[in-house]
Amino acid sequence: MPTVMELYQLLPKTNCKKCGESTCVAFAVALLSRKKNISECTPILEENFKKQKEKLDSLLLPTKGAEETGMIVHPEICTGCGNCVVACPVDVANDPRGAAVGCAPTNDKVIFKIIDGKVVASNIKECRRFGKNRVLCYACIDPCPTGAIEFV
Amino acid sequence: MVTCTGCALLCEDIDVVVENNRIKETRNACRRGAARFRGCVNRLAPSVDKKPVDTDAAIKRAVEIIKNAKSPMLFGWSNSTSEAQAKGIQLAKRLNAAIDDTSSFCQGILIEKVLQKKFRTCSLEDIRDRADVLVYWGSDAQDSEPRHLSRFSYFPRGEFRQRGYEEDRIAVAIDVRESNTAKICKGHFYRIPPKGDREFILALLDALSGKVPAYDAKRMLELAGILKKAEFGSIFAGIGLTYSIKDELDIFVSLADKLPNFHIMPMVGHYNMRGFNEALFKETGFVNRTRFNGSSAAHDNRYSIVESLRQKSMDALLVVGSDPLSSLPRSVLAHLANIPVICIDPCVTLTSRIASVTIPAAVSGVETGGSAVRMDGRVIELSKVVENNYLSDAGILTRLTEEL
Repeated sequence: MPTVMELYQLLPKTNCKKCGESTCVAFAVALLSRKKNISECTPILEENFKKQKEKLDSLLLPTKGAEETGMIVHPEICTGCGNCVVACPVDVANDPRGAAVGCAPTNDKVIFKIIDGKVVASNIKECRRFGKNRVLCYACIDPCPTGAIEFV
Repeated sequence: MVTCTGCALLCEDIDVVVENNRIKETRNACRRGAARFRGCVNRLAPSVDKKPVDTDAAIKRAVEIIKNAKSPMLFGWSNSTSEAQAKGIQLAKRLNAAIDDTSSFCQGILIEKVLQKKFRTCSLEDIRDRADVLVYWGSDAQDSEPRHLSRFSYFPRGEFRQRGYEEDRIAVAIDVRESNTAKICKGHFYRIPPKGDREFILALLDALSGKVPAYDAKRMLELAGILKKAEFGSIFAGIGLTYSIKDELDIFVSLADKLPNFHIMPMVGHYNMRGFNEALFKETGFVNRTRFNGSSAAHDNRYSIVESLRQKSMDALLVVGSDPLSSLPRSVLAHLANIPVICIDPCVTLTSRIASVTIPAAVSGVETGGSAVRMDGRVIELSKVVENNYLSDAGILTRLTEEL
């Protein structure tokens, strides 16, 4: 996953404010959290920044599949152990007799499900990282030893 | 809901979507389980001397081989239903054959102690509902039984452990490497050198008796403190621990005696290994490495698959649902080229490629039902999900016995 500084190093660093942000660092932060699009930085679209633009595009590629909360699931490294299903506080609250006690989810209100041996995220609006009162929850990342769940 | 036969957890909460008699999707099963439901890529075909024949001819030839052999061995069993295992033991009895399973180079000695009641043990449900200290010793449950931590041990909220892993449970990992399980245990990971389990146990025994341990004193006393405070603990003994102390298992027994609130759970890999051990124990009093002689049975290391191959004492081998060619040391395998091998398996394996007779079987828990024993000793019913014409392991063994 790219960092803010990696993105900033590739931006024009002129603080021209054409994107609406006050500095290029602020634009890099907005870019990573997907609030802004790279095309909103007009100077980087010019010919002399072509190489930097290509590099930025490739750096931002892994964040393309992110959900609205910034969650990215890497199915290729998921082992389907279901730790996230059981650890997620939303799953526990919504399915106290299923996911909370380690069994298969008994309803569709849960966020995580294991399909074909890999984790699939749904009901993303229920996530604690979503909406106005969001909190920085790590409950699904911490129990995953393979790093199959990430947030950007 | 169907039962998964991917590992010895035998998860009973799997949903499968079947379309045109094929499994299209599995839900709730881990990657290992999902692969088991998907079946094998290369299906085994019946053959005699590597020439394709029909199943009846293959069974006929197999009967000839085991009938003419003076000291045949029946091996495998850990991936077969309990019904097939019972048939296998009866067949060995009738043939006066040696019988051994994969526990002979796996958790056999530990399961034997559990069955002899030398260790306290408990069910996985007890662990989920009550356990507060979990010790993964030489076992990477996260990789070998992927749903162990999420279904039964660390993460779920149990009846008396409502706050689950967040506050109510402590997981400890003792291993030679930072396995995926150790990553979850984080602050309570104790790295030991290979074969260092003996010193670790001795140091832990010292720490538990209030002496200053000779080995990493500060952390050992910290671990002893955690273990002493446990209300309901469980030690998940993996193959790393078993291999390391297999000649002096008594020190592990004395550690278990020192920890009255702890229960020992041998971490079994194959889905019905414990089933075979229990069935043979009931019949003979031994869990593996047994040779029948009339009505009596003898137990000796000579009757283990490794020693029989090394000493070239077997003259025919019947393999059921196992692949000795890929799991045994190369140095002992040469003898397999000199003797007839009969392979009963759903898929093409290395062993089936060298076998004189191959008999395809149905995948248990997917194409045929039955029952199996979970790693804690509970009997679980297996389900039949798809229909096909393959004979089950039990069916093939019944045919072999009848045609004898």
